[in-house]
Amino acid sequence: MTADASSVSTPWMALRDTDRPAEPATRPDTVVAVDFIVNGKPCRLELDPRTTLLDALRDHVGLTGTKKGCDHGQCGACTVIVNGRRTLSCLSFAQMNDRDEITTVEGLASDGRLHPVQQAFIDHDAFQCGYCTPGQIMSAIGCISEGHAETDADIREYMSGNICRCAAYPNIVAAIRQARDEMERA
Amino acid sequence: MNKHAALDLKSSRIAGGIHTDQRHDSAHKHVTGTAVYIDDMPEPAGTLHGCLGLSTATHATIRSMDLSAVRAAPGVVDVLTAKDIPGENDISPTGRHDEPVLADGKVQFYGQPVFCVIARTREEARRACRLAKIEYDEHPFITDAAEADPKNPKLVTEPLTLKRGDAAATIARAPRRVKGQMRVGGQDHFYLEGQIALAVPGEDRDVTVYSSTQHPSEVQHMVAHVLGVPNHAVTVEIRRMGGGFGGKETQGNQFAALAAVAAKRTGKAVKIRPDRDDDMTATGKRHDFLIDYEAGYDDEGNILGAEFRYAARCGFSADLSGAVTDRALFHCDNAYYYPAVRAVSAPLYTNTVSNTAFRGFGGPQGMVGAERIIDEVAFALGKDPLEIRRRNFYGTDTRNVTPYHQTVEDNIIGRIVDELEKSSDYQRRRRQIAAFNANSDVVKRGIALTPLKFGISFTATQFNQAGALVHVYTDGSVHLNHGGTEMGQGLYVKVAQVVAEEFQIDLDQVKITATTTAKVPNTSATAASSGSDLNGMAAQNAARQIKDRLIDFASETHGVAKDQILFLPNRVRIGNQEIPFVELVKQAYNARVQLSAAGFYKTPKIHWDREKGSGHPFYYFAYGAACAEVSVDTLTGEYMVERADILHETGRSLNRAIDLGQIEGGFIQGMGWLTTEELWWDGKGRLRTHAPSTYKIPLASDRPKIFNVTLADWPEAHEPTIHRSKAVGEPPFMLAMSVLHALSDAVASVADHKVCPCLDAPATPERVLMTIERLRKTRAEH
Repeated sequence: MTADASSVSTPWMALRDTDRPAEPATRPDTVVAVDFIVNGKPCRLELDPRTTLLDALRDHVGLTGTKKGCDHGQCGACTVIVNGRRTLSCLSFAQMNDRDEITTVEGLASDGRLHPVQQAFIDHDAFQCGYCTPGQIMSAIGCISEGHAETDADIREYMSGNICRCAAYPNIVAAIRQARDEMERA
Repeated sequence: MNKHAALDLKSSRIAGGIHTDQRHDSAHKHVTGTAVYIDDMPEPAGTLHGCLGLSTATHATIRSMDLSAVRAAPGVVDVLTAKDIPGENDISPTGRHDEPVLADGKVQFYGQPVFCVIARTREEARRACRLAKIEYDEHPFITDAAEADPKNPKLVTEPLTLKRGDAAATIARAPRRVKGQMRVGGQDHFYLEGQIALAVPGEDRDVTVYSSTQHPSEVQHMVAHVLGVPNHAVTVEIRRMGGGFGGKETQGNQFAALAAVAAKRTGKAVKIRPDRDDDMTATGKRHDFLIDYEAGYDDEGNILGAEFRYAARCGFSADLSGAVTDRALFHCDNAYYYPAVRAVSAPLYTNTVSNTAFRGFGGPQGMVGAERIIDEVAFALGKDPLEIRRRNFYGTDTRNVTPYHQTVEDNIIGRIVDELEKSSDYQRRRRQIAAFNANSDVVKRGIALTPLKFGISFTATQFNQAGALVHVYTDGSVHLNHGGTEMGQGLYVKVAQVVAEEFQIDLDQVKITATTTAKVPNTSATAASSGSDLNGMAAQNAARQIKDRLIDFASETHGVAKDQILFLPNRVRIGNQEIPFVELVKQAYNARVQLSAAGFYKTPKIHWDREKGSGHPFYYFAYGAACAEVSVDTLTGEYMVERADILHETGRSLNRAIDLGQIEGGFIQGMGWLTTEELWWDGKGRLRTHAPSTYKIPLASDRPKIFNVTLADWPEAHEPTIHRSKAVGEPPFMLAMSVLHALSDAVASVADHKVCPCLDAPATPERVLMTIERLRKTRAEH
């Protein structure tokens, strides 16, 4: 093999799973009970303790609006709101959210009326493929409620945890601006 | 029911026809989380999950493979290796038999799929994968184009040569000459929705595969080939993808084939969705290129002759590399006329993942080579690169023949650039920037205006065909299906607009349905920007067949001449009376008129002789230009895009709102390719940038601070395309060359614009800084 000295693995590079020693393929006997409120409805699940909030929502509650993009907390597609704060659901074990109040994209519209951020995303064509959209919308709600949507520069900075590979960014920023004004008026 | 009763029967225009801004058809579903991607579909009971076991050697013979612990792991139902493939262990899209589904005896890149675990849960499959014991006898490998033997490199497919005139002699005779080499990096697609396939076994030899693919027909053929069954046994369906960008043109084949094999073996539905690291490691990317160039020019900056060699890191198999490297050559001219030219490709074999299609398909890499020559000439003569660009543009009546002997018949680049130069205030800003730089020690600004001309059509002529299926139901509603796939680009809504326009019914009367090989067969990939051009025409053809039958029927039964029958919004005028569309449909049904049609289209005029390097491979060209301004911190190499102005054309746009989104998004994605997105292999041949933590994709904060995007309202397609519109998918990607050249301009200021920066791509802050240091050193030495 022609590997040279420069091939020494660099610690700041993300290690692939296959670079690590094999882990024992055991399943824990324990199952934890998790109680949380999802979109206003109480929800009780029995889960492998390693289940992420994202997998709990998608695979156990059946809410597939929240997307798995990278499963590493790097793309933002899995953003949900936990107790009023935007949170990456792929980086949170579901059991850590016991008794928390969780809002997903499915819980935003009420009485058939879209949330102002949802409506603004439609008005501004703030998506193309749509896969990042639920995460963008949840993140946008967080961004506005935190007061981080005062200027376009702020919106861009505080939305920079959400990748849109189609790069619909101009329209996403425009949508958030509109929603901010509407939410402030309300 | 009776929704038609509410239709507006007085309106002068339908709601949602062509040349109107229509929202993406799934807009409401996207914002409410109800748009179903494959991973969101309810899984059939007992669905099993697959995970790929990837090689941990870069080039090696498999000495031994012990999968006993994998088979014994909790939840494991089946483990597939090469010998378990019932048909051909091959998914080469060009029939070269060089791309196994699972490695057989040898591995050719780090991360190549060797086996596939099928387990009750995805988690169990992933854990079991780690338990494989594989021993390798390792061989020497090359991962970089620069390591290949320049005289006799190993190639994955036949190279191409384009030539017109005697370039070498012309360059030798030219008053001035330039020669150099340029590196341009690759790009990971990072479609937000990763690769995924869900295979559901049927009776007999049948299987249905839901595959996130831009090319359902190819997935069908590959699955059939791998299963060893006829194509008719395999149905492939895709409603929407969460992004494709070329990464799902051939790269879905592997997952679909394995899911199908496992589904038939186990009798259960099988889903394979690799995690992001595996996806980035085991699937192909945009080709990086090493471009050698030489040009001869005169004192005014007229290029007299140009020679290029485009060497590409293709990976271990051909995949689409032949067509990609061909397209690089097709765009070695960008918008410039070369009186004499010779361009050759070198599709290099490397021990890396097999590179594939990505928006632009080699065209962007071709163009950056052309733009480098422009920069070199401009710096050597001390002139503004824009002046050199303009001087070398294709003419309209003369100087209009490309290196592949096609005459450019629709050239509008001059007007596009003139208008953008004015609207972006280029000349004044260039002077302002010079003044700013003179007074700013650390931060330097730069500006560039680059043109683009992009050829539209598949260069493999046979792919330029499309089919559609249209049904009119007796309530007047319409079912639309065609071979194009939806990946966010808005194809579905555009084709629906065409059908609504044809029947003169409101857009919401047209139901857009998932692409499936069972409805429209033998389709081409949704690629080469061709989606709307091809499928729009095919759908129009289907609608016209039904319309013609309705006209014949109305003419006979009402005793009215055919030219007295007119389709008005939601109604039809037959002589002196008007009846709702639905009434005519009901009457036609009762008279046993067929209300369904299969439409077809093939692009006229195109032909291509690859052996001779001559023909008319492109139906037409799309044009645009961009002007970018950047600021660079010359102490760190960090930079900002301060402003970008774009003027782009899509002929008579079918839907300006959709087209603008494509232009903005394409520019930003192109900017990522040329600036921050860097793929990095280590000395062991391992790709170390396999997640967004190490691979920098543009964010909202990276877009230009000021971003003025204009769709030119005056062009129309020179050829009779669908309603005289033009393709939009790929061309805007190359507008981002303006950013690379603006960075180059800013960097050049540290040496008073006396030295061509020859800034390679991606121009990461690191590379910008190294270029600044090199220029300072060169300047100091002279």
